[in-house]
Amino acid sequence: MKKYLKNTWEALWTIFIGMKVTWKHLFIPAVTIQYPDEQRPIPDRARNRLYVNIDDCIGCMQCQRACPVDCIDIKTVKATPEDDLGLTSKGTKKALWVTQFNIDFAKCMYCQLCVFPCPTECINMTKVYEFSEFERENLLYNFSGLSLSEIKEKEENYKTFMEKKAAEKAAKAKAAAEAKAKQDAENNDNKPSSEENKS
Amino acid sequence: MYDLLTNLLGNQVLGYIIGASLPLIFILIFVLFAVYLERKVSAHMQDRLGPMRVGWHGIIQTLADMLKLLQKEDIVPDGADRKLFNLAPFLTFLGTYAAFAAIPFTADYVGSSTAIGIFYITAVSGLIVAGLLLAGWASDNKYSLYGAMRTAAQIVSYEIPTAIAILTMVMVSGTLSLMKISEMQTAHFWNWWILGGPETGIVKFLLIPFMIIGFLIYFISSLAEVNRTPFDLPEAESELVSGYHTEYSGMKFAFFFLAEYANMFAVAAIASTLFFGGYHSPVGYLGNSLGAHWLIPIEQLFWFTMKGVFLVFVQMWLRWTLPRVRVDQLMVICWKYLIPYAVANLIIVGIITLL
Repeated sequence: MKKYLKNTWEALWTIFIGMKVTWKHLFIPAVTIQYPDEQRPIPDRARNRLYVNIDDCIGCMQCQRACPVDCIDIKTVKATPEDDLGLTSKGTKKALWVTQFNIDFAKCMYCQLCVFPCPTECINMTKVYEFSEFERENLLYNFSGLSLSEIKEKEENYKTFMEKKAAEKAAKAKAAAEAKAKQDAENNDNKPSSEENKS
Repeated sequence: MYDLLTNLLGNQVLGYIIGASLPLIFILIFVLFAVYLERKVSAHMQDRLGPMRVGWHGIIQTLADMLKLLQKEDIVPDGADRKLFNLAPFLTFLGTYAAFAAIPFTADYVGSSTAIGIFYITAVSGLIVAGLLLAGWASDNKYSLYGAMRTAAQIVSYEIPTAIAILTMVMVSGTLSLMKISEMQTAHFWNWWILGGPETGIVKFLLIPFMIIGFLIYFISSLAEVNRTPFDLPEAESELVSGYHTEYSGMKFAFFFLAEYANMFAVAAIASTLFFGGYHSPVGYLGNSLGAHWLIPIEQLFWFTMKGVFLVFVQMWLRWTLPRVRVDQLMVICWKYLIPYAVANLIIVGIITLL
């Protein structure tokens, strides 16, 4: 009987205590963050979407080689001596036109391994993490600032330059060959004498 | 109220139909509000925010949810007993709605001011059990059937302490009419039955503790009757998908939902009529002091709704405080604790009223 009354009292009393706790929580400000409206600050070293400052890129392809999932695809065209590509912010001379700098963020796993090898520090992590798309193709970012016609122009330039160079080389080679032939001919004239000397 | 409507419309039948559908409007508005309240209360008790997107602080979220429910496809499972399956939600709602007929909202409006109001409500609530059992049986789903069986066992068991607690009140007030019980507790809050009612002298103070016990017994068992959380075994989400209404969708589900929330208000309304003065204001009427008598029914409706909503809030509060009891614990609470206490309370209150 004593236990029975004690049980009853305990049930009511503990319910009362529990109700007190929930009542207190009713007035505690909510911990919810209304996400799209207000955002939690992300840490300084958070790894999110990559950004490539193409002005600083020298097209060394080190990031492409570092990428474990091969999501970076770079194509370059050599610059001709007449082209002035300027310097990077670190003072490195640029020798290549970066015609394509594709990063496929559908593949990217945000390991940041591409960031460290970069000699000019042009590829880095940004704080942007809301870039979902409806089409997977839209996740393929091209950071190269060159338009298609420009790329074509650069390629043509390089081709003509190479042709010119080849032609020059050929001419040079020809000239050299001619000169050599001349010399050889002269040498041939002298040869017997030398042989004579030898013998 | 009926006379007024009849005079206004010039047709008795039309007046009665409109008079009878007023509680429906009340229920719909109340359910819209109660669902919002439930979500907000639960959210804030868990340090969340709850609905925030639809309207200011999600105020029209329930309206949007209701529109969604109306658009949903009405699915009847292949194995279900079609007729019973379709009948069940309406039967459940009917049981709830019939109870509203005897609840006095104001001194002027009560669906039926019958002399046996409280008895009628206790009896007609039995229809809810039939509806729920039917729903579980007709669904042809083991979870539904299990939930329905639990409902039946639970509601039938808990009707006993409810009835005894109500009996105590009937004994002490000497009438079965909810209207008369409300009229007894007029004027001020010290005339409420929970504070000894209109009795005077030593009897009033002797009654108070037993009235509180009676109220606790009634409130706990009414929680079980409307399947609210410490006793929500019939629709225990973690055990039985969602109990008897697992297979229901769209409008029919909405009817169960409506019935559940209307039921919550019904038991809260009965509790407030029996113990907290019904529609009477605790501090006197503004209409009386201003001399504007047309204001009194509005004030009465306000106080009645406020008391009901407060008790519904307490139900929600308990829901987020207590975990669900086990089936054996449920039966132990009913048969070993509530019923003996209710009977003892009945006897003691009987002796006190004889004094």
